[in-house]
Amino acid sequence: MVAKQESEQLMPAAEQDISDELELKAKKYLRGDGANLEVLRDKKLKGQLTVREKLYGQSAKAAAKAEKWLLPSEEGYLEAEGLEKTWHIKQESIIREVDVISSRKPFDMILPELGPYTLEYTSSGRYMLVGGRKGHLAMIDMISMDLIKEFQVRETVRDVVFLQNEQFFAVAQKKYPYIYNRDGTEIHCLKEHGAPLKLQFLNKHFLLVSVNKFGHLHYQDVSTGEMIANYRTGLGRTAVMKANPFNAVIGLGHSGGKVTMWKPTSSKPLVTMLCHHGPVTAIAFHGGGHLMATAGMDRKIKLWDIRKFEVLHAYSGHAQSLDFSQKGLLAMANGSKVQIWRDSYGNQDYRPYMSHAMVKGYQVGKIAFRPYEDVLGIGHSMGVSSILIPGSGEPNFDTWVANPYETTKQRREKEVHALLDKLQPETIMLDPSKIGTVKPPRRKEKPTKKETESEMEAAIEAAKSITFKKKTKGRSKPSKQAKKKQDEVFKAKKPFLEQQMEERHAKKQRTTEAELPKSLQRFARQRA
Amino acid sequence: MKVKVISRSTDEFTRERSQDLQKVFHNYDPNLRTQEKAVEYTRALNAAKLDKIFARPFIGAMDGHVDAVSCMAKNPNHLKGIFSGSMDGDIRLWDIATRTTVRQFPGHQGAVRGLTASTDGDVLISCGTDCTVRLWKVPVLKMMDFSDSMEDALKPLAVYVWKHAFWAVDHQWDGNLFATAGAQVDIWDHDRSEPVNTFEWGKDTVISVRFNPGEPDVLATSAREADTCFVYIQTKTNAICWNPMEPMNFTAANEDCNCYSYDARKLDEAKVVHRDHVSAVMDIDYSPTGREFVTGSYDRTVRIFKYNGDHSREIYHTKRMQRVFCVKYSCDGSYVISGSDDTNLRLWKAQASEQLGVLLPREQKKQEYLDAVKERYEHLPEVKRIVRHRHLPKPIYKAAALRRTMMEAERKKDERRRAHSAPGSMPVQPFRKRRIIKEVE
Repeated sequence: MVAKQESEQLMPAAEQDISDELELKAKKYLRGDGANLEVLRDKKLKGQLTVREKLYGQSAKAAAKAEKWLLPSEEGYLEAEGLEKTWHIKQESIIREVDVISSRKPFDMILPELGPYTLEYTSSGRYMLVGGRKGHLAMIDMISMDLIKEFQVRETVRDVVFLQNEQFFAVAQKKYPYIYNRDGTEIHCLKEHGAPLKLQFLNKHFLLVSVNKFGHLHYQDVSTGEMIANYRTGLGRTAVMKANPFNAVIGLGHSGGKVTMWKPTSSKPLVTMLCHHGPVTAIAFHGGGHLMATAGMDRKIKLWDIRKFEVLHAYSGHAQSLDFSQKGLLAMANGSKVQIWRDSYGNQDYRPYMSHAMVKGYQVGKIAFRPYEDVLGIGHSMGVSSILIPGSGEPNFDTWVANPYETTKQRREKEVHALLDKLQPETIMLDPSKIGTVKPPRRKEKPTKKETESEMEAAIEAAKSITFKKKTKGRSKPSKQAKKKQDEVFKAKKPFLEQQMEERHAKKQRTTEAELPKSLQRFARQRA
Repeated sequence: MKVKVISRSTDEFTRERSQDLQKVFHNYDPNLRTQEKAVEYTRALNAAKLDKIFARPFIGAMDGHVDAVSCMAKNPNHLKGIFSGSMDGDIRLWDIATRTTVRQFPGHQGAVRGLTASTDGDVLISCGTDCTVRLWKVPVLKMMDFSDSMEDALKPLAVYVWKHAFWAVDHQWDGNLFATAGAQVDIWDHDRSEPVNTFEWGKDTVISVRFNPGEPDVLATSAREADTCFVYIQTKTNAICWNPMEPMNFTAANEDCNCYSYDARKLDEAKVVHRDHVSAVMDIDYSPTGREFVTGSYDRTVRIFKYNGDHSREIYHTKRMQRVFCVKYSCDGSYVISGSDDTNLRLWKAQASEQLGVLLPREQKKQEYLDAVKERYEHLPEVKRIVRHRHLPKPIYKAAALRRTMMEAERKKDERRRAHSAPGSMPVQPFRKRRIIKEVE
């Protein structure tokens, strides 16, 4: 102990700082606190788990140490100086400040004829898919800014979504969803889905999720073609759907103000929460898995803690579309205005960070942050735009998770691996870390016989020690007093005795049931 | 205003020339990998399935003997040589790599019951029912010519005739002594035609003898009626083997289908009872790592147990393999050799689904990862079911079921008897202790 203190004192301040910083960084990789091993009685298990915990600590520390070398890029930022406010800074002035490569990223694509547009990025952020309401589809490589394919389906297009990679995408058209490949060839027409309003793709599960005009939710496995599930939401038509990236649960916003969350293996929603006093217009999930943002027609934007299903903050304002960025910025679109909010103090209290106004009269339909870039894509009635939002994207990508510079060979390899590691629909649940854990014992522990007896005795003692009020007209005669006392004791005893009787009765019944041989059980008296 | 945005130039993140390796980047942030437990579980499940698919343990049979193989001996100095002796007096030296006989040692008149090689691997000692102990010079295995000085090898170095038939022989570790078992236990020296020392316990025939690998002067024996030099078990013990890494522990292969692991310092109870065989266990041998051992049984199967596991990790059987009389773990711990009644030696992999040959570091790493996730999720029902499942031949399956029924009936009977007798008059005794009759100093 003494030696330890000495060594702590001897450690120079700079070194102490480094180790503190390392610990802070390692916390992220620990994935939560360690288990409390003190309560364990099994020595062997305790020893094993201590070793395990130590290993976890070491690996987290190693990851934190390696961070310096593995994560060379730093995230973007926007800082105001003096009286300036960040939300007053215009895109033009940002573009003037940044480097040439970044200054090419914001653009306005004016496509007045086939609008309003919706858009979607691949998980690596390299490709963008654009869908015009009147049937215009285009795929663009965002790094080289090449138009990969552009074609028209001459039909209403309501939503577009990429499948496992940029090779395939699904489009919600007038009557059915269709799957196209990157050359624009129609691969499938998914008639079972009906007329879809919104599509989502769960890429770890290879599930295409659609919600149709009649509020039916469909889950289809795109690797096998099997229809996994088909549920009636029973809450009417809705076009508000988002997948929670943390656990692949689908969130739906309904016109009654309810938000429901779905998984493919249950026909009832996992969660139904009343979020607004009017139709829900938009919904978004934070990547960390505990934050949800909803917007409603009741002029409210609310932030929810979806671990406790409690509202964290409610702000007033309309939003047609919401999106969380990788770093947790919240973008909201209303009319021709886009606002970006930020959680500046780490307490989930979002405050305005940036704002952007489109040309007056444009109606923003969909906004989406581009992964691994500081870019926000905006689909609106007159085309597609993108703006720079410093600090929105994760600066360092992982080649094995999503690689913007993927080669053909890498893409193929990754697809094979993704198929091998394809998750079954059963693995979708509210808390995905529950997999592999032990079920807690279901029953509450019954009090032992001794405990109930002592409890009863205490109650009797308490009843005996009651003193009665002195009353007149012979009502406080010793005989009456004694009787009253007896009554009190009986009253105190009663619940315990009743419980005992009940238990005995139940036991008796159980034994009589067990005694009868199977062939005679049908003659036994049926219980009412 | 200060501003910075992420900007990547394509050159920085892609390779310069097509000969270069692709550039890869890591980010271990848990937020980028969602549902990692589900992914790991899926991988564990797939790994378990793949293990089942690739489980092809049988490598080949070595035929040549004309009678049942009764005993085998490893050559501690030579990885790919193994000696086998058969019931007709034939002793052969096999080359495991080519699965051919290298040399024969003719001479025994009756069955060869014991074979052992000295620690330096120069001398092979055999004994048999013809009451002789023979010492042979082990030929040096050369790559090409198997026929050099055939004449020398045909004659044993020495033949010692003794007064009783022999059942087993074992050589001392790092010494010049060896012990034979028969009507009594005799300790011999290489150069003397009579035993140096003789031990006798009662009237029993001693059927197996093993020197302790740690203490060169300690040996364990097992006899026909009761067992091991210190412990008496109800039924006969066919073979014993010391754990090479923990030389105070040994395991006895018993006639009652079980193997019992003991700590030699504390013999009042077995440490573990390894049960799975459905007939007498005939032979046992530890892996050089001491973490596993292999048993051969009269029920025509070979099983591999963990040193502390009460059930077998692996069961090997083929249609043509008859009752197994002897088994050996190879000196590198990666193969198992079994000798059986059908005159063949069979070569098996110790890990049924292991890929033979040299693995690339990449493949090795992948295998290690899959093993780790499999271990992590092995308690989950689906993974457990796949890992545990073994296809058994019908007779063994039925015999196992019957055995289970019998044991359950016995347990129930015991329970009832206990319930109807005076409390405390029938103390509960664990199976580990129950089989032991008596412990002698």
